[in-house]
Amino acid sequence: MNISGVSSRNVATEFDSAGAFHSESSPDYLPRPQLQDLQFRRLRHSIQRAYDHVAIFRQRLNDRGITPDDIRSLEDITKLPFTVKNDLRDSYPFGLFASPMKEIVRLHASSGTTGKPIVVAYTQQDLDVWTSVIVRSFAACGVHSGDIVQNAYGYGLFTGGLGAHYGAESLGATVIPISGGNTDRQIMLARDFGVTVICCTPSYMVHLLERAKELNIRLDSIRVGVFGAEPWTQAIRDHIQSNSRMRAFDIYGLSEIIGPGVAIECPFHDGLHLFEDHFYPEIIDPQSGQVLPDGAEGELVLTTLSKQAMPMIRYRTRDITSLTTDSCRCGRTIRRMRRIGRRSDDMFIIRGVNVYPSQIEAALLAVEGTLPHYQIVLTRSKGLDQLEVKVEVTADVFSDRVSALEGLQRRLEQSLAHTVGIHARVHLVQPHSIQRSEGKAKRLIDQRNES
Amino acid sequence: MKLHQLSLFLENRPGTLQQPCDALAAAGINLLALTLADTAEFGILRLVVKDWNLAKSVLEDAGFLVTVTEVVALEVAHEPRGLTRVLDVLNQSKQTIEYMYAFGGGLNIESAVLVFRFENIDQAIAALAAKGIIAIAPAELFDRLNA
Repeated sequence: MNISGVSSRNVATEFDSAGAFHSESSPDYLPRPQLQDLQFRRLRHSIQRAYDHVAIFRQRLNDRGITPDDIRSLEDITKLPFTVKNDLRDSYPFGLFASPMKEIVRLHASSGTTGKPIVVAYTQQDLDVWTSVIVRSFAACGVHSGDIVQNAYGYGLFTGGLGAHYGAESLGATVIPISGGNTDRQIMLARDFGVTVICCTPSYMVHLLERAKELNIRLDSIRVGVFGAEPWTQAIRDHIQSNSRMRAFDIYGLSEIIGPGVAIECPFHDGLHLFEDHFYPEIIDPQSGQVLPDGAEGELVLTTLSKQAMPMIRYRTRDITSLTTDSCRCGRTIRRMRRIGRRSDDMFIIRGVNVYPSQIEAALLAVEGTLPHYQIVLTRSKGLDQLEVKVEVTADVFSDRVSALEGLQRRLEQSLAHTVGIHARVHLVQPHSIQRSEGKAKRLIDQRNES
Repeated sequence: MKLHQLSLFLENRPGTLQQPCDALAAAGINLLALTLADTAEFGILRLVVKDWNLAKSVLEDAGFLVTVTEVVALEVAHEPRGLTRVLDVLNQSKQTIEYMYAFGGGLNIESAVLVFRFENIDQAIAALAAKGIIAIAPAELFDRLNA
């Protein structure tokens, strides 16, 4: 179990006092046979709906010579084709919708860093399910009515803001819909309103704490932080928890499936409980597509079991994790997935070596003790890929002596070479010179094809 | 006896020296001494100003990383052997100089002011004092510079 600096006794006490059970959370505790029965009935319905209303899905089943009737058990799901992100792009904007527009009450879209955005749709029932899974998520973190929730996820086309908003309201908490950005105002309101719960990306929380420290403001009223929308590490959790009084919870979700609220940590912080009564998980080998058993690491594939407007069948998330059926001390029976440390598409290949940003993070942390702001820059010089890491100098490591800074630079380079296995050039840069994220952190700049 | 010197981290690229100097100029702060230690990648700008507290907050508000280092200002005769007399004392008492630089503008034609960072500032001050070389107190220095 991973609970830094907190004994399990403290956790149990907090858990007991946190309102362990919320009526909305009852599916979290279904006996597995009943859960699987529910999953199968919903799966059949979901597949039939996609087959009847989504041309591309029907075509793919026809190509394989199968119909929804061939799915006679949960295991038969492996007969179905995968859906990938490009399917959403190719069918832009409405090609995967299974409901007529008069039943669709909400659209969200991804920011679309490459090419066209992807569009996702919700019926009123879809929104109700979304709200329900967010209520269950907050409840698992010990959030309850009476809490003041500062929702610093971006409001708008991004699913984070509105998703967390309706869930927190439905729970009976008081929501501050502050959205992302305007850091100084976030800090002022958190202090002045006595905020007890904050929701945002983990990298933005690190930024908030850093800025609050500069302003000499303590945000001690915050008890719970619910962080998601980007992969993060135990090191970032430790950093947040040791610089505040909050417990940091990982929430997982993606707009293709519903938005945040697909899975959540409980107070035992030993993986994320996946709301598998609505989202059926599989783990596959990302290369072969073969389904892997529980416990094996691979790519998470999700099938929506109740989504009306846009059923997703075997959607490849690109997130690397593993599943466990082992019972959790919190009593929930729904399976847990290990926290996402990396995405299969976050990985970059440099001189034939696979590198994940989380490895870079671990190497920097090993030297400095805390995680500095950094950015990975890939360049190409004379046909050879170069790995550069920009690292902001912090007050903790800044020295008036040139030799001390050169020593720091050398130790960072050695640590990177040791962890990643190839030489990386470290550039020490001025504080605040790397752009701060108010949404997802931009950790990787690939300039290899620019010249 | 000890002078407070500000040190700033700067990246070694065009324009980085301009920003802190602009910030100090806008706040009406005059630079009494400065030196830039540079490597291919970065530099450390070291400054002596009269109101170092104000200058530090001006620079920090402008987003710079600033540390305060205690240094020693010594007045030496502006003539051959002016500096070596001081260095002799330091060598004999085995004091290590981390770095040193000269003050901008002399007090008068007869003397120059040098700034030293020592590995052990207190020992160095005592060793110099024992040989009659007295570090200039900040108040006297600023006074004589009409700062």
